Amino acid sequence: MTPSDLVALSPYMVVAATAVVLMLMVAFHRSHAPAAILTGAGLTAAFGTLFAVHSSSPGRQVTSLLLVDDFALFFVGLILAAALAVLLLSYGYLRDRPGNREEYYLLILLAVLGGSVLAASTHFASLFLGLEILSISLYALIAYPRTLDEGIEAAIKYLVLSATSAAFLLFGMALIYSQLGTMRFSLIASTQSSGANPENLLVLAGSAMLFVGIGFKLSVVPFHMWAPDVYQGAPAPVAAFISTVSKGAIFAVLLRYFTVVDIRGYGSLYVMIAVVSFASMAAGNLLALLQDNVKRILAYSSIAHMGYLLVAFVAGGALGTTAVAIYLVAYFAATLAAFGVVVLISGPGEEVQEMDGYRGLFWRRPWLATVLTVALLSLAGIPLTAGFIGKLYLLAAGVGPALWALVLTLVVTSTIGLFYYLRVVTAMLSRPVEGPVEAHPPLSAPGAMALVALTIALFWLGIFPTPVIQILQDTVGRLTGLPLPTL
Amino acid sequence: MILVWLLITPALGAIAAWLLGARNPAWPRWVSLAAMAAEMGIAVYLGVRWGMLGLSPGGPWLEELNAPWIPQLGIGFHLALDGLSLLMVALTAFLGLLSIASSWNQIRERVGFFHFNLLWMLAGITGVFLAIDLILFYFFWEMMLVPSYLLFYWGHERRFQAAVKFFLFTQISGLLMLLAILGLYFAHGQATGVFTFDFQQLIGTRLPQPLALWLMLGFLAAFAVKLPVVPVHTWQPDAYVQSPTALTIILAGAMSKTGGYGLIRFLLPLFPSAAADFAIFALALAAASILYGALLAYGQRDLKRLLAYSSLGHMGFVLLGVFAATDLSLQGAVLFMLAHGVTTGSLFALLGALQERTGTREMGRLGGLWATVPRLGGVALLFALSAMGLPGLGNFVGEFLVLVGTFQVDVAMAVAAAAGIVASAIYALWFIQRTFQGPNERGWVLSDLLPREAAAMAASAAAIVWLGLYPQPVIDTFAQSLANLRQQVGPVDTGSVPDAVSHSASEGALIAPGLRLTGGAP
Repeated sequence: MTPSDLVALSPYMVVAATAVVLMLMVAFHRSHAPAAILTGAGLTAAFGTLFAVHSSSPGRQVTSLLLVDDFALFFVGLILAAALAVLLLSYGYLRDRPGNREEYYLLILLAVLGGSVLAASTHFASLFLGLEILSISLYALIAYPRTLDEGIEAAIKYLVLSATSAAFLLFGMALIYSQLGTMRFSLIASTQSSGANPENLLVLAGSAMLFVGIGFKLSVVPFHMWAPDVYQGAPAPVAAFISTVSKGAIFAVLLRYFTVVDIRGYGSLYVMIAVVSFASMAAGNLLALLQDNVKRILAYSSIAHMGYLLVAFVAGGALGTTAVAIYLVAYFAATLAAFGVVVLISGPGEEVQEMDGYRGLFWRRPWLATVLTVALLSLAGIPLTAGFIGKLYLLAAGVGPALWALVLTLVVTSTIGLFYYLRVVTAMLSRPVEGPVEAHPPLSAPGAMALVALTIALFWLGIFPTPVIQILQDTVGRLTGLPLPTL
Repeated sequence: MILVWLLITPALGAIAAWLLGARNPAWPRWVSLAAMAAEMGIAVYLGVRWGMLGLSPGGPWLEELNAPWIPQLGIGFHLALDGLSLLMVALTAFLGLLSIASSWNQIRERVGFFHFNLLWMLAGITGVFLAIDLILFYFFWEMMLVPSYLLFYWGHERRFQAAVKFFLFTQISGLLMLLAILGLYFAHGQATGVFTFDFQQLIGTRLPQPLALWLMLGFLAAFAVKLPVVPVHTWQPDAYVQSPTALTIILAGAMSKTGGYGLIRFLLPLFPSAAADFAIFALALAAASILYGALLAYGQRDLKRLLAYSSLGHMGFVLLGVFAATDLSLQGAVLFMLAHGVTTGSLFALLGALQERTGTREMGRLGGLWATVPRLGGVALLFALSAMGLPGLGNFVGEFLVLVGTFQVDVAMAVAAAAGIVASAIYALWFIQRTFQGPNERGWVLSDLLPREAAAMAASAAAIVWLGLYPQPVIDTFAQSLANLRQQVGPVDTGSVPDAVSHSASEGALIAPGLRLTGGAP
């Protein structure tokens, strides 16, 4: 380990150090605001170090476990930014509720660390470590309000399914290792391509199991069962965290592994991912139509969005990878904003989840309703919002290699998707339910700040996407050396 | 830069109307009126300026603005205006004024938000008429959709179902167009190495045969839904009936024209040979729309529904004119779009005024209104006569040119379409007779047109009479656009016509469809 290795690892070390300091602080004196501020400062500082790392050591392999390249830095930055938004939203949420609050931030920091490790992992060991750090923090986060049964139920459900998926993942890794004798992505790729038998059945099975394990975390069909219940039961900021940070980090590792180890080598795996993508788009959007709970709608919509992302993933190439990154940025901003509104309209009591609670929101709390509308329209891919640019890229990525079946599915299902987004918007526009008008809970200032920033980001990306796209092309798009695909 | 102002004016008006609506419900109306008046002012200024210069700029465009937007994908913020787009923008602004005037008293709830949506939608429609980059075009195409969906909130009994149906059709067809745009982009990029969405560079892309047809159909899906045309019209009667008056005016008057405009501006130049091959089907669909719309208009008791079906029939003429693709028929199609926009917009405004006064749209419950609202009745008669194609009023010129142009290409379809005109005369007169004449059995006593309404109607009437009596200046305005179109389409059609002729000869009919831009201009 050299000093420049330490520089490359500095974002990780800052997050880890913040977690340690926070733990010590809590041991001596419990206090909510300082804990939150410390966490925020740690995340911001880690974000700042990304630029230093980028300029000093581009693409540095630190041990055989981590490759801190621009691709990793981009995803770490995305995770840190999303975590910061979740932090701002959580502050008011926790303040209004009883119980100890400080450990929540500790868990967030650990989950961020796990996600960041995933983004840079180039070895099965770091993949698994990162995944487990992330998952274990999430179990605790989901059950954080210990007095609520729903939270505990959701956490147990997540724990069981997550453990199952981890077992699949490990088995897959073991199979691949047994055949190729290595756990490093790059060596797997080279051993495999030089091997006499490219269609090694055990390697294929291992890769498929690897994808199953990852698919659980991404909540793609048919591994999606946990998502609606967990989203519903988890505290809203945690649900936002799961659907952004956790899925984004997993997508980073998926991209890296299956790009380094070219999936085009195995036709059947390729087909399997395409089928999963198709099923996620169809099932996610259709099932979301049946929901009356906004958090469940967001869960099913997130299933569908993972399906959309897989279209670009299947398409591959520089355009496909860039499309994934752009879409993820848009999806992050919109999802965080949508959950942010759920957080902010909920008072100290129960969260407002049912559609009835949103009826007439436009006339009761116009600004929050506007933010939610913008977020939902962005998820639906309507122009002027980030989602439009994202969807444009996804479709372009899919049309390039002529994946017409997937692209047409995307078109049809995303139209169905518009339906339930517009249902929420229509509910907010309609007249409020009769009954006593409850006083609004006061707006938490940090939460409002986060929402303003996210809304600006959604519009900014929708109208002037060029600088961000340039950054993404230079970081994520470089993952593959493939040229633009053609028709 | 003036093109950007055409977009910014309604957009800023929209935001101002929303923000001011919270203070005083009267302000959004005035702000919107001012914004659309300014928009109209810009359009008139452009018309006068280029009219004095004889409409002869250096290139194909009168005004052009080209800035990079997403250069990584070859998307530009490319706006351009020629005579055709100028007329369409002016029509949009005019109908915008009309719809604001006619909703003055009808909208009492959430006035600010209503006007925000209305102006936002108008901004989107204007953008559609100005965008020359295909992704930018799609951007505006989609931008007008959500506000129009939200405007259904102020609509009638079954507005939600109507809004959803409308949204489904337009959204799916729009996305199909986006796929076609992307397909064209990659095909062009592969052939030339230049990946661009710029319309001018994409013209003349050589496409392999089945691909060209599929891409053309993608575009056609979007345009046919917006017009609408049989068989993708089913959203239209419900949407027109359930929408608030202002939205109906825009939907029928301006939004349907985006379909016709798209056909002329994009579909014909981009896919000349595929369009020629498909022309026989498109002409048949057009004739079917004309006859079907006229037929169903008979059966209606609901005035708005009657007008909706009549509008469906009329838009068949646009499709007919475009796919007959002779000089005359194209001129007729453009002229007819303008006249139909004014006529139908005004008729819907009148129906809105009538419903506001009587609370009903049922023809059976009306009758003998002439005595109590003579001015309203007189204006309605004028526009009904225009709608049925009375010579001397705007629609006649357009219909006539379309028919003459189509006759050169396809006699059978021209005859069928002419039968539709006869039918439209019957239901238009029937509408006047049932509503305004006869005994006033229910004893309606209504207030006649208010000065505000009268002024709007007078302007529409003047426009329609002008288009009917002296359309030459208008034709001159867009003549250059059609000449450019002929230039773009010209070289390719020689290859496709023999094919089309042999195709029709095998059916033993006197049909020679094809994209023949021949025939002398008047």
